[in-house]
Amino acid sequence: MAKIELKNVTKSYGAVEVIKGIDLEIRKGEFMVFVGPSGCGKSTLLRLVSGLEEITSGDLLFDDQKVNHLVPSDRGIAMVFQSYALYPHMKVYDNMAFGMKLARADKAETDRRVREAAGLLQIEHLLDRLPKQLSGGQRQRVAIGRAIVRDPRVFLFDEPLSNLDAALRVQTRLEIAKLHHAMRDTTMIYVTHDQVEAMTLADRIAVLRDGKLEQVGTPAELYENPNSTFVAGFIGSPKMNFLTGSFADAKGCATLGARPEHIELTPDGSGEWQGEVVHAEDLGSDNYLFVEIGADEPLVVRQPGKLAIPYGSQVSLQPQAQHLHRFGADGQPLR
Amino acid sequence: MTDLTLGRAAGPSLKQRRQRAAFWFLAPMLIALFCVAAWPLLRTIWFSMTDASLSSMYEAEWIGFDNYLSVRTLSSGRVVFRGTLVDPHWWNAVWNTVRFALISVGFETAFGLIVALVMNAEFKGRGLVRAAILIPWAIPTIVSAKMWGWMLNDQFGIINDILLGVGLIDQKIAWTASVDTAMTAVLIVDIWKTTPFMALLILAGLQMVPRDIYEAARLDGVHPVKVFFRITLPLIKPALMVAVIFRMLDALRIFDLVYVLTPNSAATKTMSVISRENMIDFDKFAYGAAQSTLLFAIIAVFVSLYIWLGRVDLSGDSQR
Repeated sequence: MAKIELKNVTKSYGAVEVIKGIDLEIRKGEFMVFVGPSGCGKSTLLRLVSGLEEITSGDLLFDDQKVNHLVPSDRGIAMVFQSYALYPHMKVYDNMAFGMKLARADKAETDRRVREAAGLLQIEHLLDRLPKQLSGGQRQRVAIGRAIVRDPRVFLFDEPLSNLDAALRVQTRLEIAKLHHAMRDTTMIYVTHDQVEAMTLADRIAVLRDGKLEQVGTPAELYENPNSTFVAGFIGSPKMNFLTGSFADAKGCATLGARPEHIELTPDGSGEWQGEVVHAEDLGSDNYLFVEIGADEPLVVRQPGKLAIPYGSQVSLQPQAQHLHRFGADGQPLR
Repeated sequence: MTDLTLGRAAGPSLKQRRQRAAFWFLAPMLIALFCVAAWPLLRTIWFSMTDASLSSMYEAEWIGFDNYLSVRTLSSGRVVFRGTLVDPHWWNAVWNTVRFALISVGFETAFGLIVALVMNAEFKGRGLVRAAILIPWAIPTIVSAKMWGWMLNDQFGIINDILLGVGLIDQKIAWTASVDTAMTAVLIVDIWKTTPFMALLILAGLQMVPRDIYEAARLDGVHPVKVFFRITLPLIKPALMVAVIFRMLDALRIFDLVYVLTPNSAATKTMSVISRENMIDFDKFAYGAAQSTLLFAIIAVFVSLYIWLGRVDLSGDSQR
């Protein structure tokens, strides 16, 4: 359980500045997600918190105590790696007990903690196996179990689901959410490039771009009030439609943002925008229509349920006025 | 049932076809191996049971195991044993070879491991160091043996000069000629020459160890020394064992270095050297052949024992 503060933290490799001054406070017991496109510095930031990389300038505080120069093992953290990083020559049990064993912890206590973590993750039956005998999902659970055994103040996840297939990813995501509920006191930081993971898991999300914080807020805040076109485009799936030119001028802004789920079909032809359906994706529960309305890209419209709209047909569309996002020329929202 | 009959009517099954293709791909290598390995080996074993000499190789007559061991009772009642197995020169050579192999491979493994660990670390000019370290191994043995022969020379060798200069010795030592130091000289040169090879094989093993495991160990707060013994060493053990086998095979049949650096020294004569000596110099071809056969047998036993005791996985099944 720890409050984490980053104060103007920077990280450079030689002349290349990867993290360009980040101020962030992560609350006790919070599930914080760092999200951003690849190369934005989110993993580096996590590694700075873990101590695997050293901060170039600025301060990192755990519970108001400066930990800039503390080695990773003294920070009270545990980390789950994308590639699991299990010791391949050790059985699952030994993988989980290794840290405590070398710290000369009490044997009975070690055993109790390993079995407790294994019970929580339902991997008791795997304790005698080697990592190579496990599936990807099982390996990731063992890695999480090893982290739990450390009883950390801060739990770090570095893209833990990236190596799993889609179905397993959803399932493991659920388990991590459950874990967060079971360990309410433990602060968790989770790095991902997948905004769905970020939206579903986070208490708060920190969106990073080019080594800088773009916006920090709850999933709902980021979805409803993105404070830049970057965040608006990054959060939400399918992506927000951006319209410029006459479409934006009509609303008095440089860029007009409209989420696919906030555009309605108007069968009577009274809609604000008219266009031709150039492509449609039927997901069963939803339909994504791609409509050419004369903008730079076809407009994506999300319609629930079954629709029978043939290609090439003309449709009329009406955006929900209260859900439109207006951005100025600098990419900042106009209020 | 219908499927089976259909399959038969259509010719060999897919599996049979694959096996047949595999056989044809392997055939050229099997033939080559038979010509250059199996045939000479069988010939040698055959010669070892004859009375062949260099001048009469094709008129050789079968004499059974007499080259290895023969027992004869003289008319006086004395029992005389003859053959390689009771030849003190042979057993001296066996002892020399085994001693040489164990010591040299031991040092080469230890030094190779250290060098490999250094080369695995990240530092400026690592590529250059990796290339430079291979130089001793790249030099032909004859050349490096001659070179070291000069350096170790008792009259004008640089090694004696240096040691005298620093005051470590007070008179020049005949490194390669003296019975006391000849083996040390051979060991030094072999270790100098072959450590890079060992280092390279171990380095390949080290680079297979994923980096993030070390990061996990850092988070676990594992002391670097423990990381080496509990994580690195177990993970490179397969590579290390294979490297040791290679070197062991090499060391047990050492010939060129000894032949050039310390010719005719009883302190360093190895099995290969002595069997060549018998075959060519002493014109006891069959006797030398028997010794070669024994050398083969000893190496086979050594390596089998090592593989069995060390549970070395040569099939590579454990590598996921």
